[in-house]
Amino acid sequence: MTFLQQALAIAGKDLRSEIRSKETVNASLSFALVILMLFSFAFDPGSDQVREISGGLLWLVYAFAGTLILNRSFARELVNDCLDALISSPASGAQVFFGKCLANYLLLMVVECVSFPVFIIFYNARWPARWGLLLLVMLLGTWGITVIGTLFSAMTVNLRLRELMLPTLVYPMLIPALLGAIRLSTVLIAGEALETDDQIWFKLLAGFDVIFTALSLALVEIVLVG
Amino acid sequence: MRLKIILALSVLSGLILSWNLHTMFLKVPDELNQGAIFRIIYFHVPSAITSFAGFFLAMFSSVGYLIKKDLRFDSVAASITEVSFAFTTITLITGSIWGRVIWGIWWTWDYRLTSFFICWLLYVGYLMLRRAIDDPTTRARLCAVLSIFACVDVVIVWKSIEWFRTQHPGPVLSIRSGGGMAPGMEAPIWWNFLALIMLATVLVLIRMRQEAMQREIDTMRRYAHAF
Repeated sequence: MTFLQQALAIAGKDLRSEIRSKETVNASLSFALVILMLFSFAFDPGSDQVREISGGLLWLVYAFAGTLILNRSFARELVNDCLDALISSPASGAQVFFGKCLANYLLLMVVECVSFPVFIIFYNARWPARWGLLLLVMLLGTWGITVIGTLFSAMTVNLRLRELMLPTLVYPMLIPALLGAIRLSTVLIAGEALETDDQIWFKLLAGFDVIFTALSLALVEIVLVG
Repeated sequence: MRLKIILALSVLSGLILSWNLHTMFLKVPDELNQGAIFRIIYFHVPSAITSFAGFFLAMFSSVGYLIKKDLRFDSVAASITEVSFAFTTITLITGSIWGRVIWGIWWTWDYRLTSFFICWLLYVGYLMLRRAIDDPTTRARLCAVLSIFACVDVVIVWKSIEWFRTQHPGPVLSIRSGGGMAPGMEAPIWWNFLALIMLATVLVLIRMRQEAMQREIDTMRRYAHAF
């Protein structure tokens, strides 16, 4: 089996198990809605202020909701020693990791695609004219969250303080990508013109994704196997 | 031998620092626009460079551990990271004091400051991870990976001054873009850098000795448990 076939088999397994139990997506989605609701108390939901910070709101929701999915990604394999079985299977560490990344990416994109229209309705924002570009930002930003989150999920899976350690390690690491995604999303949701300076954020997002994907694939074997 | 090196470096570092204090307070004039507070740069910039250099060295040592699987590399990485973390804290504090006097605010969310703060948070995570894992081999393995990841972030911090518009003052050292300081004013920065590097080396050597003792204790404990 090729690298991608193995990875897709792992992703398929994760997605099937998630579709049957729906535990992570349901929790993540409910959590996203709770945060969206809580933000409405922090400021006036219909004001212009919301337009200025819309990108920030959105990506905070995505990052918080994402951690729930990522935390479970490897933790669910602990029951019945499934993680050991996965590691000793013919699939390499990189394939297991990449498969889990793909599954997490899809799940997180589903949560984002559901919570975005809810955000638009709750905060009286307009549907962005250049939604294609916003989708691109979401695809790039979410891959950054997923790839870092999945690797750190593998790193922290056997720790006693797993639930505490993952966000502590992941959020600072994600900030460059989140900054780029927040800035671009704010401009696109507000319907403003993208300045030349903003292109650097696209490059930053893409560069962040490429660098950390390569680094994660190179180092995940050490994290999982030793 | 190691004790002699530690003593020699401490004395030398102390002498250079005292001589530097004399130069920066009694010989170097006040800066035209900033007045006396500009002298904080003599500690701010060398601390920043020392911490960056330390994080890079820690990464190389972490890579060394992953290749050789020798726990001594891990203790070098851990010691250097801890000392560099202290210097990062000094950089943040001195920068904040300078900002209060010149900008009128303790902190601004300028990209460079933010990135430096992110760097600080990353290494808080590193130190927390070290404490969270009991098994020395697992700790060394996972911390080495985290150190490499964190160091890549440090590179983004390093480049951010060129990438982003910023409120932070531009580079003032002559090795970068022609320089902005008079030679007489710049020299103490480099002397302080030398002194701080020596001080950092002393701290790292002491910390490494503690790590070696810890390894010995761990081995004895395992040996005791075996019987």
